[in-house]
Amino acid sequence: MTNDARTLADQIGGEQLFANSPDQQLQRRHHIGRIFEILAITAILIGIVFLIVLLVDVVVNGLSWLRPQLFTEFPSRFPDRAGLRSALFGTAWLLVLTALFAFPVGIGAAIYLEEYSRKNWFTQLIEINIANLAGVPSIIYGLLGLGLFVRQLGLGRSLMAGALTMALLVMPVVIVAGREAIRAVPSSIREAAYGLGATHWQVIWAHVLPMSLGGILTGTILALSRAIGETAPLITIGALTFIAFDPRGPFDIFTVLPIQIFNWISLPQQEFHDLAAAGIVVLLFILLSMNSLAIYLRGRFQQRW
Amino acid sequence: MSISLDFQLAKRNASPSASAANSPALDVQGLDVYYGHFKAVKDVTLTFPAQRVTALIGPSGCGKSTVLRCLNRMNDLIPTARVEGEVLMHGQNIYAPQVDPVEVRKRIGMVFQKPNPFPKSIYENIAWGARINGFKGNMDELVEESLRGAALWDEVKDKLKQSAYSLSGGQQQRLCIARAIAVRPEIILMDEPASALDPIATLRIEELMRELVEQYTIIIVTHNMQQAARVADYTAFFMVDDSRTGFLVEYGESDQIFTRPKDKRTEDYITGRFG
Repeated sequence: MTNDARTLADQIGGEQLFANSPDQQLQRRHHIGRIFEILAITAILIGIVFLIVLLVDVVVNGLSWLRPQLFTEFPSRFPDRAGLRSALFGTAWLLVLTALFAFPVGIGAAIYLEEYSRKNWFTQLIEINIANLAGVPSIIYGLLGLGLFVRQLGLGRSLMAGALTMALLVMPVVIVAGREAIRAVPSSIREAAYGLGATHWQVIWAHVLPMSLGGILTGTILALSRAIGETAPLITIGALTFIAFDPRGPFDIFTVLPIQIFNWISLPQQEFHDLAAAGIVVLLFILLSMNSLAIYLRGRFQQRW
Repeated sequence: MSISLDFQLAKRNASPSASAANSPALDVQGLDVYYGHFKAVKDVTLTFPAQRVTALIGPSGCGKSTVLRCLNRMNDLIPTARVEGEVLMHGQNIYAPQVDPVEVRKRIGMVFQKPNPFPKSIYENIAWGARINGFKGNMDELVEESLRGAALWDEVKDKLKQSAYSLSGGQQQRLCIARAIAVRPEIILMDEPASALDPIATLRIEELMRELVEQYTIIIVTHNMQQAARVADYTAFFMVDDSRTGFLVEYGESDQIFTRPKDKRTEDYITGRFG
């Protein structure tokens, strides 16, 4: 056996087919690959390390303030008695109202653009503008909300004005996510439905919308989770920072978590800074929960086809 | 093997009445199809006899699928598509302005190349088409009847609530056929219905076509000439010219097309000299 192998090697030219150590040129190629891998690992580590440092810092500072009073007490001049209650309620109200406005209008626009509109210069213009709107700084939306909802429509500094402003802010993202989800419905399913004598509306209602719902919901939740972290547009429309009561309806004045956090940080006392850290932990928890829900929904709806 | 012999037998028995006495199911007159400025098909005139299987064959890009999709106005869904000429059903042009394409597609069903069941239960796949068309009778009966009609009932009767995606490719395609017949069309169009299936499943679909043709008119596009010879009573051969426009070369009874083609080009194609 070994004899045979040796004969073969001899026939090839008396050398081993594979050298014991790779030649220099090949080694250099392997080195370059290794260096690139290390660079890539460094890049991901920079992100992760900063995130961990931030989280640890916030949790360490805020941990002692993460107690029931944080959720049951209104803001106060005294750190011991200060809590997030009105901000939490405000955020919840704002979230629900924003979803109520942004979801139907966003989906309606997405359905129109994907299913009904003819491809011409006008719809192209709309499409470009929606993409642009998604990139407009949020403070601009705040100024629009201040001029339109607070003053023109006379909604004042109410939840309603805040939610409408936020709805405008997230709508482009909802529309883009909705369009992508609708476009992902395979044309074979549409053809199957049309082939049975379905009208356009029946195809949309029975097949396109159910199949794209997962993607639409995911996009909407991610857009909303961006909205609850927004501060600038709400400060612009005058969301107050010192609210010592629960909002009772959509026309009450309000505050939200990021504004409350911002307010505490701007105070001189160290206790308030730690309170702010606790507030950040709460806000991050809500954000991560929403994002997890979005990921869960996406996975769940995807399994169906 | 014996199954395919049975086909031949069934076809021959049907053939004598396939003469001129048989009323036309669809009558295509001078059909031109454009996609934008591109002329995809030119001047197709042919008559599909009722309760017969007619096959459209020809090389890739010859417009056979385009012609098929014109027969139930499926091409209307492509924004740039434009159709000239007439497609007459019981003497009425389905492209007449007052005709609703939805109504046309209800009477002329379609089965596609890749099985495309809805992501719903087996039962719901069949019930949906009937329901949107206003079916008011006993749905359970309709589902059973349609599944029996597509030779699928015995395989799925115990799992009607399961997802249609749990079925094999061949079963899914028969489910799509069951779904089509649940709407009670007169004509069923099939666009290469077996090209995504294995040989056994293909045979079952072909067998099924011979059964269905007792009640329905079937028009099938296929790139498989043996399949056309096996299942089709009539065969239309299409080709494509230098400007990539498809046209009809020869149309006649399958026996004649495959054994005594009149046109040299048909002969070249069926003997495998090109395409």
